[in-house]
Amino acid sequence: MGRDYDELGLKVGLEIHQQLDTKKLFCDCNSELVEEEGLEVIRDLRPTESELGEVDEAALMEAQKELKFRYQAPESSSCLVELDEEPPQGPDEEALDLALTMALYTESDIVDEIAFMRKIVIDGSNTTGFQRTALIATDGTLEVDGKQIGIPTMCLEEDAARSIEEKKDEKVYRLDRLGIPLVEIATDPDMTSPEEAKEVAQNIGGLFRGTRKVKRGIGSIREDLNVSVEEGARVEMKGVQELDMIPEYVEKEVERQLDLLDIKETLESREAEVDDKIYDVTESFEKCESGIIRSNLDAGKGVYAAKLTGFDGQLRGEEGEALLGPELAEYAKKTGVEGIFHSDELPKYGIEEEEIGSVEKELGLHEKDAFALVTAREKKAEEALRKVIERAKMSLEGVPEETRQARPDGTTVFMRPLAGEARMYPETDIPPKYVDEKKLEKLKDQLPERPGKKIERFQQEYGLNEQQSEQLFKKGYDVLFEDCLKRCSDPSVVANTFLHTFPDLQKEGYDTEKIKKEELFDVLQRYDSGGFAKEGIPELLKEIIDGKSVGEAVKSVGLESVDEEDIREVIIEVIEDRIDFVEEREMGAIGPLMGVVMEDLKGKADGEKVSKVLREEIQKRIG
Amino acid sequence: MVRDLPKNIEDGDRIRIEKGDKSYEGILMPHHRFSREDIITLKLDNGYNIGIEAEDDIKVKLLEKKKEKPGRSKKKVGKDEEKPDISILGTGGTIASYVEYRTGAVHPAEDADDVLYSNPEIAERCNPEVDIVFSKLSEDLKPEDWVTIADRVLEKLEGGAEGVVISHGTDTMGYTAAALSFLLEGFSSPVVLVGSQRSSDRPSSDAHLNLLGAIEVAKSGNPGVFVVMHDSISDEICAIHRGTKVRKMHTSRRDAFESVNEDPVGEVNPKTGEVEFEKEFEPVEKDLGRRGSIVDDVALLYSNPGIDKEDIRRAGEKKGIVIVGTGLGHIRTDLVPEIKKLIKRGIPIIMTSQCLFGTINMNVYSAGRELLEVGVVPGKDMLPETAMVKLMWALSLEEDTEDVMMKDIAGEITDRRTR
Repeated sequence: MGRDYDELGLKVGLEIHQQLDTKKLFCDCNSELVEEEGLEVIRDLRPTESELGEVDEAALMEAQKELKFRYQAPESSSCLVELDEEPPQGPDEEALDLALTMALYTESDIVDEIAFMRKIVIDGSNTTGFQRTALIATDGTLEVDGKQIGIPTMCLEEDAARSIEEKKDEKVYRLDRLGIPLVEIATDPDMTSPEEAKEVAQNIGGLFRGTRKVKRGIGSIREDLNVSVEEGARVEMKGVQELDMIPEYVEKEVERQLDLLDIKETLESREAEVDDKIYDVTESFEKCESGIIRSNLDAGKGVYAAKLTGFDGQLRGEEGEALLGPELAEYAKKTGVEGIFHSDELPKYGIEEEEIGSVEKELGLHEKDAFALVTAREKKAEEALRKVIERAKMSLEGVPEETRQARPDGTTVFMRPLAGEARMYPETDIPPKYVDEKKLEKLKDQLPERPGKKIERFQQEYGLNEQQSEQLFKKGYDVLFEDCLKRCSDPSVVANTFLHTFPDLQKEGYDTEKIKKEELFDVLQRYDSGGFAKEGIPELLKEIIDGKSVGEAVKSVGLESVDEEDIREVIIEVIEDRIDFVEEREMGAIGPLMGVVMEDLKGKADGEKVSKVLREEIQKRIG
Repeated sequence: MVRDLPKNIEDGDRIRIEKGDKSYEGILMPHHRFSREDIITLKLDNGYNIGIEAEDDIKVKLLEKKKEKPGRSKKKVGKDEEKPDISILGTGGTIASYVEYRTGAVHPAEDADDVLYSNPEIAERCNPEVDIVFSKLSEDLKPEDWVTIADRVLEKLEGGAEGVVISHGTDTMGYTAAALSFLLEGFSSPVVLVGSQRSSDRPSSDAHLNLLGAIEVAKSGNPGVFVVMHDSISDEICAIHRGTKVRKMHTSRRDAFESVNEDPVGEVNPKTGEVEFEKEFEPVEKDLGRRGSIVDDVALLYSNPGIDKEDIRRAGEKKGIVIVGTGLGHIRTDLVPEIKKLIKRGIPIIMTSQCLFGTINMNVYSAGRELLEVGVVPGKDMLPETAMVKLMWALSLEEDTEDVMMKDIAGEITDRRTR
């Protein structure tokens, strides 16, 4: 985008949550996600008394009444502990050791005694209504590209239940994910560019992988980003799953904050203001043809409006770009309405000039003014418009501090105002855990290699070039790469599989995540023992992604024992078919024909062998 | 070194701890029972607690004395003539407790307002009159407490309450339910015991649903002593159990309470208020009152292969014995002479079964017949605990103990079982 992020005063902080590959944190369950749905349990959650502010008590209670939670409890991956039917055990020693290892890695101050806390979460993602979490260490640092990044806190906590479905009055969760240990690393807002944020995330991811006891694959590492620009505000973006997209999220958030700052300036110059009054404009729509308004009116609902003096053109840009419009709508939606209509997008949706004119008259609007409409029952519409008014007023101040949900396309959507201090109280079911100095010494001796060292070692030990080594690390294949080398003696083939074959397959639409570690090992081992040529690997992996076992895949691709005679047969055929070309080009035909032969053989044979036989056969023909 | 802080520092104060080159600021928390002696627990500003070892080089500085927490606003609810008057008696347990977030301390409900504050919906369902009888963990309750509770129930019913709800710790709720079933007489209103398996300081507590369910049952007009608890581990339906047939059958599940040797007598949907009884309970045509008392001198003797004469003799120091026998109602035959001696001395001995499900039948095997011959009273399909409570009560009556024990008084004995 070519922004000067230094000048904008960009600050990015990360919060990284990594799932550990151990037993669950507070019971003896395997930490595996499963297809099984298992027993279904229906629960309510009630905010407990002192957790409620006096003010919004009524509203919260009302909201809670409507909502119930349905939990799927697969027996293979959850027990009474996840169901909140039995007190927790633990914490799991291995998980604790991993958290301590990460703390040692980042030279953090490890606490002397670990106390698990209950952090109140009542969206249903925890059956208990709280997440168990403990602060393990404070005040660490991590060096990335010569810069010290502060690590103020490191926590060990339980993952939440997996969301399966969200309906209006019911949320469905599966308990397989609940209780999987997570290490949460928070950084200071020390990163000053979108790319740097990604670099640091990659680095921390690499540290985790180095322990060899973390989960891999989508959803196993999740990032929250804290982004602010000067004059803007701290905005937290939750649930970024793809590391590569970090820069995009940061860039888009910077744009959003800059837009909001521009809007603020415009509004200031226009002396814009927001009227607290909510207007009933149902009469203006008596003859309206719009489908949604028509059916709402027929159902006895009304149309209500908020007056936004001086807001014209600030809800949506002249080229249709989204400005304040979506922000207002996202706030309104929190009250349960489908959305809003606003004057910058009208006439549209069957709302014609006539109705617009009538609303403008009713509200007493002038040229630079705008309005927002909600169609619903009076009480509901009023609630929604209160939110619109609240958000519109914030725009006079600039950027509100918010927590936003990351969407897969790189945009974010409003979740809630930035939470203050979390409601936490001690988890009395788990005794405090003293951290033994001897244990720390032992862990210190076993600390895995640092990323920089590893990249260097890959070059020396395996003859990779710097770029290959770095790419393996950045793409998260470094650990797997070395595991593969235990089965396959050719580093460059293994590196190529990760750095070329995988991206090629992904481009063709194959999901390489589906390849299990053991399957990959098996393929490479078979290659290594001469079962087929390296050219066969991509075809084989495709079949495996499509669901075949390695054995089946080998058969189906026909990679079984292609001997020289078979190769010769194919080659003779290829030469016959292109005899004119061969006679014309003579030995010069070897190059072009290699590709054709290899394709026909689908990688069944080794390239060198094919080249040798091809040479022989052409020699014979032109003899 | 034991946690040793300057005299002017107490729990709740804001302090700074300097230890080597590390420095921590936060609120001093009470020492955890399972923490090491030399650990100082600090609540940091981010909400987390951490433990810091008090070593010699540590410096502790008081930053700010603790703030007195503001009192909670109390709610006053007006009486609604349309709604029934329901008495709620608190006896302890976690059903009506609340948590103080700063320290994590769970406080039991101390007065009526505490209960209503945590459960404001109660006032939508009835005119609640809340009394805290006492605040005890149910494992600390003694038989004499059952009498105290019974008298309070009578007082409330005589005072015009349409039903009584008793909040109770779950460990011994079955015992109290049985005791009230025998002690109360001539009442024509529901007396409902209710507890919770997840304390009410948690958002996922079962206390709220159980309490609303209990209130609905208390409003139902169906006379009897009941226990109302979750019917399954879902927050949907609560089962209504007969006070003499109910037993806690799981250490931790929400649906830990089960009716033994009969189906629950009904169910309630606490959200809709629907109450459904399998059968109607007849109001008893007697004056409301307490019958008898409790003689706290009965042994519950668990039969097992290692039991010996000494065990029997020791149990014989009490005024009565309930044997929790094996199978159909047995105990090692070489102990029969010892048992015979006690019966001759006038000590009633009742036989029940550790199988819990099914009835005693001492005619099938000679071991049983021998016991019958020496005068052991078959407790039929009574739960051992119910039999024990009943014997404590029967001993207070003028009537023949054996007759009382063999007669069904409050649904504790059923002659027909279908499962």
